[in-house]
Amino acid sequence: MPAGLTLNHFVILSLALFLLGSICVLTRRNAIGILLGIELILNAANINYVAFAFFNPAAHYDGQVFAIFVIMLAAAEAVIGLAIVLAIYNHLRTIDVAANETLKG
Amino acid sequence: MDLGNLASLRLFLPELLLIAGVLTIIVLDLLLAGGSLLGELSLIITACALLLVAEAPHAAGDWLFNRMLVDDGFGFFFRVLIILSAIVALWMSIGSDEVKVCEQGEYYAILLAATVAMILMAESNNLLMAYLALELVSLTSYVLTGILRDNRRSQEAALKYLIYGGVASGMMIYGMSWIFGLAGSLDFSVINRALFMTRDAPALAIFIAVVLILSGMGYKIASVPFHMWAPDVYEGAPIPITTFLAIGSKAAGFALLTRFFYPAISHLTASGRWQALSNVDWPQLLVVVCAITMTLGNLAALQQDNLKRMLAYSSIAQAGYALLGFVLLSNDGVRAMLVYLFAYYLMDAGAFVVVMIVANATGREDIGAYRGLAARGGVWPAIALTVFLLSLTGIPATVGFIGKFYVFAAAIRQQFYILAVIGILNSVVSLYYYMRPVKAMFLEAPEPDAAPFTAEMWNYGLMGALTIATIGFGLYPPPVLDFAERSLRFFSGQS
Repeated sequence: MPAGLTLNHFVILSLALFLLGSICVLTRRNAIGILLGIELILNAANINYVAFAFFNPAAHYDGQVFAIFVIMLAAAEAVIGLAIVLAIYNHLRTIDVAANETLKG
Repeated sequence: MDLGNLASLRLFLPELLLIAGVLTIIVLDLLLAGGSLLGELSLIITACALLLVAEAPHAAGDWLFNRMLVDDGFGFFFRVLIILSAIVALWMSIGSDEVKVCEQGEYYAILLAATVAMILMAESNNLLMAYLALELVSLTSYVLTGILRDNRRSQEAALKYLIYGGVASGMMIYGMSWIFGLAGSLDFSVINRALFMTRDAPALAIFIAVVLILSGMGYKIASVPFHMWAPDVYEGAPIPITTFLAIGSKAAGFALLTRFFYPAISHLTASGRWQALSNVDWPQLLVVVCAITMTLGNLAALQQDNLKRMLAYSSIAQAGYALLGFVLLSNDGVRAMLVYLFAYYLMDAGAFVVVMIVANATGREDIGAYRGLAARGGVWPAIALTVFLLSLTGIPATVGFIGKFYVFAAAIRQQFYILAVIGILNSVVSLYYYMRPVKAMFLEAPEPDAAPFTAEMWNYGLMGALTIATIGFGLYPPPVLDFAERSLRFFSGQS
């Protein structure tokens, strides 16, 4: 670990990543783009878990295990998400989430 | 007691049975062509799991799997409620025309997996376990919502569910990471000790983390402002799945919400009241959320012509009434919430069963299909739907009245007068839209091209049982009240 790097640096990095992910989710209309934004949010959380685990020896394994589980579940969510997006594309020929809405009211 | 992995298995039998059921169904689906009788098999497995839950020894409480799960009175209530929801959903699946066209093996295996996940959610005692269980519920629900592959509505609902769900659970684990950083542990009771022992804990950071976590759990119970998915998903999903999401998933959400907000970040004082962390005023926030949830759900339901969509908004409002018990921060309030959730299970499941019977007969879900239902030969479904809708409104002699009575009484005893008045006014408003289908069924003439009404005995059986339970528990509520009273025990290691 380079000298001068503290927990604050990691927390700010993860906060920045979380905000970028949130902006991505809010502004994108493409379903895949939104899924990418969700991925950014999950990785922001991962940075937090690993950093907190590194700087707190008592919780060394808890944080790392949590990060591994998040990576695994992100993969599972991507699989199901892309399958649904593919099914939508077969019906509508577009993956724009605002296009052709039939469920309204 | 703090049980290890092998010692826990004895107390984990119902879940193990359900997991074995998931695997059995996947294998049988491969061996048998067509997958007939898989629904009946899942129903039998779930009923056996319910018996195992009832047979389980009632200890003061135990930690299972090295404190990952907790087995206590509160968990017992939700084990029973979630398995009962699964039984209703499976029974409806067997009788539903929509489900007959999809892959039977996949459908029932995923439905059972969702049941296990909901039970785990209600029993989790660790942030990691809570996240895993919640995510497993979400993933299975996305697939079940989109299971009608040739139906555009179903696919669109699955996509919306996925996007809202992904964002909500992402925000939730980000909030959990802050709690983990502040408390140095993932275990609920250790978090509790760490947060209450630390002098000058950063209140603002804890508050933001709690709000982020609330987004994940609020999305499961469909409270404002995380309710947007509910109407679309409820309308697009096959009706048995809509029912399962409305009763099972919501119950699991309330269980996790209570487990996190009561034993994990609040403190039970000697006088029997729960005390929130000082300077972290989440109860005040939830009071506002609760008032808006009730009002918005009811106002939006007023304009709906599709019964499924109307019941979706109504279930948002019903979640608001149950939240009313939750925000009181007292055992009295939690008891009222449990009674309300049980009442909600009976009446909402019943209403959806009738919607499914009508959809099977006519292929429609809009209010036009209900015009003159009584005159067209559907007197029994018309009477049953009337009972369920009256119960959802909270008219006396139905179980819905008992639920509302306890919730409002608890709110008044805790001096939350404004909230109680908002709740009662909302019940009055809801009478308008709940009575529209009743008027259509009994007073309006059938549409000229309406076919004669037919339905199967199988579905009538479930409808009748739920009707009798709705009226029966409304007239004689002590069993429900006792059940809720006995379930009011959180295990935190002291006893």
